[in-house]
Amino acid sequence: MMTPDNLLKELCAAHGPSGFESNVADLVERLAAPYVDELRRDALGNLIARKKGQREGASIMMAAHMDEIGFLVSGRKESFLQVAAVGGLDPRVLPGQEVWVHGREKLKGIVASLPPHVLSQEDRGKVAQIHQLYVDVGLGEEALSEKVRVGDPVTMAVESVSMKGGCMSGKSMDDRAGLACMLLALSRLAAMKHPWDVYAVATVQEEVGLKGAQVSAFGVEPTVAIAIDVAHGNMPGTDEGDTVDFRKGPAIAFGPNISPVVCERLTATADKHGIPWQREAVPGRSGTDAWSMQVVRSGIPTAIVGLPLRYMHTAVEMIHLKTVERAARLLASFSAELGEEALQWVGLSPVDLEARRRGEKDD
Amino acid sequence: MIETLGVLSPIPGISGREDAVREAVLDRVAPYVDEASVDSMGNLDCVKRSKNGHGEKVMVCAHMDEVGLMVAQIDSNGLLKCRTVGGIDPRVLTAQRVRVGQDNIPGVIGMKPIHLSKPEERTKNPKIQDLSVDVGGSSKEETEKWIKVGDGATFDTKFEPVGDLVKGKAFDDRMGCAVLVELLKEAFPFELHGVFTVQEEVGLRGAKVAGYRINPRVCVTLEGTICDDLPDDKDRGRTTRLGDGAVITLRDRSVVCDRRLVSVLMKVAERDEIPFQWKRPLAGGTDAGSVHLSREGIPSCVVSTPCRYIHSPASMASPEDAEAVVRLVRNSLEELCSVAGEIDGRSNWKT
Repeated sequence: MMTPDNLLKELCAAHGPSGFESNVADLVERLAAPYVDELRRDALGNLIARKKGQREGASIMMAAHMDEIGFLVSGRKESFLQVAAVGGLDPRVLPGQEVWVHGREKLKGIVASLPPHVLSQEDRGKVAQIHQLYVDVGLGEEALSEKVRVGDPVTMAVESVSMKGGCMSGKSMDDRAGLACMLLALSRLAAMKHPWDVYAVATVQEEVGLKGAQVSAFGVEPTVAIAIDVAHGNMPGTDEGDTVDFRKGPAIAFGPNISPVVCERLTATADKHGIPWQREAVPGRSGTDAWSMQVVRSGIPTAIVGLPLRYMHTAVEMIHLKTVERAARLLASFSAELGEEALQWVGLSPVDLEARRRGEKDD
Repeated sequence: MIETLGVLSPIPGISGREDAVREAVLDRVAPYVDEASVDSMGNLDCVKRSKNGHGEKVMVCAHMDEVGLMVAQIDSNGLLKCRTVGGIDPRVLTAQRVRVGQDNIPGVIGMKPIHLSKPEERTKNPKIQDLSVDVGGSSKEETEKWIKVGDGATFDTKFEPVGDLVKGKAFDDRMGCAVLVELLKEAFPFELHGVFTVQEEVGLRGAKVAGYRINPRVCVTLEGTICDDLPDDKDRGRTTRLGDGAVITLRDRSVVCDRRLVSVLMKVAERDEIPFQWKRPLAGGTDAGSVHLSREGIPSCVVSTPCRYIHSPASMASPEDAEAVVRLVRNSLEELCSVAGEIDGRSNWKT
């Protein structure tokens, strides 16, 4: 059976920086297959799963991204590799990290750092930029140039670990936690009736510009779209205005990226089923797939279900597992309860110009 | 040898909490040694009686402790504020996994996400005061169920081969410990004291009392030492290079090695065709720094295995370098003992 725990461990163990998501797609395909009617991949590599509803012509699309932050090999100096970042990486979290170099074979490496013994006080204070770092895979120059080429992807190597307090930590929880949540929602929907078609889309290239969601939403052309992505959970050194509570359940976003009607419906569903949730203010660019989906074709009403995450874009991203479960329940119930009446509030609303001219107001 | 390193490397053992390392060392040396004792500080002295020789004592030591963290406070959010034990640069702590306390509870040293930090913040390395360890507790009360102030924390790093090398935590100085376990399997024509010391990283303290108590004729300290052979535009020289063989110290910050002992090591390396290199003088300090000042002075030298990235979560070393250290020390000990006998001031009274 799929539980948030084993699902997340399995998903985080897969490696896929932006542009190299096919391994993750294979895994998601295998995990989703029992619960859906159709599976396909589009030209950019998005994995699109469809579970048919009873009514034709209306659909909801859930999107969670498969890609993770990482690096590409950019060069070699002596027996060490040089790398360039894929996605937003703080160079301060890199020295001493273990990575996988996906060359002609998979090689474990360490992001090299000099010991404090040989550094001057001044050099210790300096932050090495990513292009100044070296990755050490323990091979000599000749073997290294045979096995690794410029352009090979590099990912964080840490294995996920279960922690106290119902937490889990590892790499790429952003957004494998979203994928886990989407898969759990699909498994719940398997036992539910739902009038609308449900599309679960595992997207590519979110970290480099929300690209996969843009083309897959075009292809799916959903009535409503929801991005499932991580949100900043409160942690030391951050302002409360920038974060949500780490443990108080899924964060439902409010802001220009969000359709107020979808949001209202989403929160009503959470309340109806007694699912704890919290509000998150997103005053502009949400940085999630919802940002690109919202403006696909003639516009798609979008919402964001956020999973509070600590230490985003590091190898020790940390999540509260109950959140994943709660968000999955919310998404399954929300999707199943979309019916005839929901179509009223998502489409174009024509303005009654005649009534306007007569001085009557629209509802 | 490498198998022993693989057993010793993952064991948590910050300075003052070397018990688990000592237990594992004892398990491995028990079949080979004649006697073993633990002194008041926790140093483990393993004695191998002389086979067909004299009763002179030769001490070979390696330290069991490693650098790490200690829990200094549990805050109201259930996070651990820690302080370093030994020399750790906080640069290598961010976004790392640790194991905390007796029960090896997993923790992470988080970092504010790049999305929420300002560009100028990202030009400064965090201080230990800026970091906390998150074990998953939501409040002080909850975390206190699992963790106590004073608990140790060590890096959570797997030992494994990486390319032609091996990778793991605490090669400084589990590497020396592994070499010493290997030496204790041999028979020597003198009384060998294999001493696994405590508290090297906080000031060479275990070796100080061990040197006094054992009072050997000569002491060889085994280390996993600095290896900084990264490419660099600056022509700063390298302390050691990986793959260049056993490292012989001329002097470091703690000791000027007796040149007569150093020349024995060099001659044996050349005679037996054992690859060796000189450690760039004045980098680091070792247990030899306290042993050579024990009593009226004990002739001392240091032989090390170069280890990249010591004092960080994962160090790397070459098994071939480690084998070279085993051979060099094994083949030199008898001559080191006799040369030390000649330079021992105690027999030089003029009558």
